[in-house]
Amino acid sequence: MKINLLFVMIGGFFGAISRYVLGEWIQTDTVFPLGTLLVNLLGCFAMGWFLTFVGRRRIIRPELTVMIGTGFIGSFTTFSTFSMETIHLFQSDFILLGILYVLITIIVGLLLAYFGRKVALANRKEGDSL
Amino acid sequence: MIWFVGLGGSLGAATRFLLGTMLNKYQDQIPIGTWMVNVTGSFLLGGLARLYLTNQVDDWVWFFWGVGFCGAYTTFSTFGYETIDLIQSNQLKAAIIYVTSSVIVSVIVAAIGLSVFR
Repeated sequence: MKINLLFVMIGGFFGAISRYVLGEWIQTDTVFPLGTLLVNLLGCFAMGWFLTFVGRRRIIRPELTVMIGTGFIGSFTTFSTFSMETIHLFQSDFILLGILYVLITIIVGLLLAYFGRKVALANRKEGDSL
Repeated sequence: MIWFVGLGGSLGAATRFLLGTMLNKYQDQIPIGTWMVNVTGSFLLGGLARLYLTNQVDDWVWFFWGVGFCGAYTTFSTFGYETIDLIQSNQLKAAIIYVTSSVIVSVIVAAIGLSVFR
């Protein structure tokens, strides 16, 4: 438990920094929060793929699983910024854009998490036998 | 500033991990741990955003506690993974309740956070 906590913190350190850097890099002139959207979509695919891959193969140590999954990918994506940006769009009278932001994040995010899982399962069939 | 984001992020991830491990014991169908983390983090970020936008806190507070801590404490990828898990184990009703309540409650508490810290 204690060692897992340490590894989660290391993953969280790099996950948060990656989110920040990517967000700064993607920044656009529009009000639409493209940075957070891309970060969350990318993270959903990565989490779906990673946890399924690890769960099937069991070739990665548990500390590394929590470092990459809970720590890095978990901190790379964010829910609080998503909520804040949504309420910001609503309060700035971009109601339709706010609804669009929520729908795209949720629907595409879930599809990508599912797709990530599918890819991990497909790789297993093609890959070397266990 | 990047160091504040990273350090806040590691603290946020640790808090989410500990709280999640604790709360998942009470999990029935809805992943309570992630739900709580996302809702409380959204409220906190709302409050912090207000303080930051009205110049009541220094830049480092925003980058450490806002971008770093709140950003990493809450998570979208785990939320997505858990939802797919619920759908694939035929708990469609729980999945719908989980998604809609997470989004609606988080957005509402973020708005409350924004106005409370005025």
